[in-house]
Amino acid sequence: MSSSCGAPEQGSALPANVDAGKEVVLNGKVTNGGTPVGGAFVRLLDSTGEFTAEVVSSSEGDFRFFAAPGDWTVRALHRDGNGEATVSASGPGLHEVTVSVG
Amino acid sequence: MSREDVLVSAAWAEENLNAEGVVFVEVDEDASAYDTGHIPGAVKVDWKQDLQDPVRRDFVDRAGFEKLLSARGIGNDDTVILYGGNNNWFAAYAYWYFKLYGHQSVKLLDGGRKKWELDGRPLDADAVTRDETTYSAKEQDLSLRAFRDEAVAAINTKNLVDVRSPDEFSGKLSAPAHLPQEQAQVKGHIPTAINVPWSKAANEDGTFKSNDELRELYREAGLDEGKATVAYCRIGERSSHTWFALRELLGYTDVKNYDGSWTEYGSLVGVPVEVGA
Repeated sequence: MSSSCGAPEQGSALPANVDAGKEVVLNGKVTNGGTPVGGAFVRLLDSTGEFTAEVVSSSEGDFRFFAAPGDWTVRALHRDGNGEATVSASGPGLHEVTVSVG
Repeated sequence: MSREDVLVSAAWAEENLNAEGVVFVEVDEDASAYDTGHIPGAVKVDWKQDLQDPVRRDFVDRAGFEKLLSARGIGNDDTVILYGGNNNWFAAYAYWYFKLYGHQSVKLLDGGRKKWELDGRPLDADAVTRDETTYSAKEQDLSLRAFRDEAVAAINTKNLVDVRSPDEFSGKLSAPAHLPQEQAQVKGHIPTAINVPWSKAANEDGTFKSNDELRELYREAGLDEGKATVAYCRIGERSSHTWFALRELLGYTDVKNYDGSWTEYGSLVGVPVEVGA
């Protein structure tokens, strides 16, 4: 994916070239009443509410962002409804977040 | 040029799926999106395989563009409606190619795939075949394209619009936050550039903001309407989105997209670089 700005495939397993010891990884799932929601547009907003990035959740509802330390809002848009959640990343590593829509 | 000349709504698109002389083209970075479901009748263009040079860092040349459009069954007189994922980044990039190679009638579907899906409009996975054409492209219109020397010369003389996220602009990140961090040799931005992230030109559903909102956005950020403009990002597709807003929607005449963008500029020896907001 090194030569593109597009959205890489989303999934719960980290790609082999990613070092979670060095990168701030926000790992999450979109759900509706506990059921995973695929095909949701997941937007990462910074602490001021400014848009940073967007991916589409996998069929299992998974998504992932590579971010920087700080407070983030994750907002999901779906035909069935929208929802958001916040996550604080103090440093490198995996930070989990769940967003419910509907 | 009015907004209707360059942009169509999802509602218009759905009503014109089978219209004579209208061809829908999905342009994606993730080509598998098309295969799982596309706007009925739309043909596929793969941003990487179809639009990039396989060896050099450049995009498809005139002969390659002619071959591609002929194979997809697109004629010189067709009205081409482009759309795609990622808030139309790659569709906007393709739009810029169509303009560079002199296509007469090309428009973007406002909101792209996202708006279409959020609206719950139809998608199907049927194979689409169109009769081959003999497409004839023009020489690249270089009044729309900036190269590296022009980016350097634009410092202090033209509007430089860096459309990446604030963290990429300031040098905190080197790529968008959903991608592993890599690419150019150094982080930062071209001196005197203003930072107007591409996303500020779009609503949450991927549609473009109104012309009044767009004009205010760039004016407030310090764009000098009396000067020529060069837009850039990391590899040139997000800046195509802003190039579209500035030239096609707002009608500023001298606006170029610097497709080498930060992955080129940030690896050049001897050029000035600024960090910080």
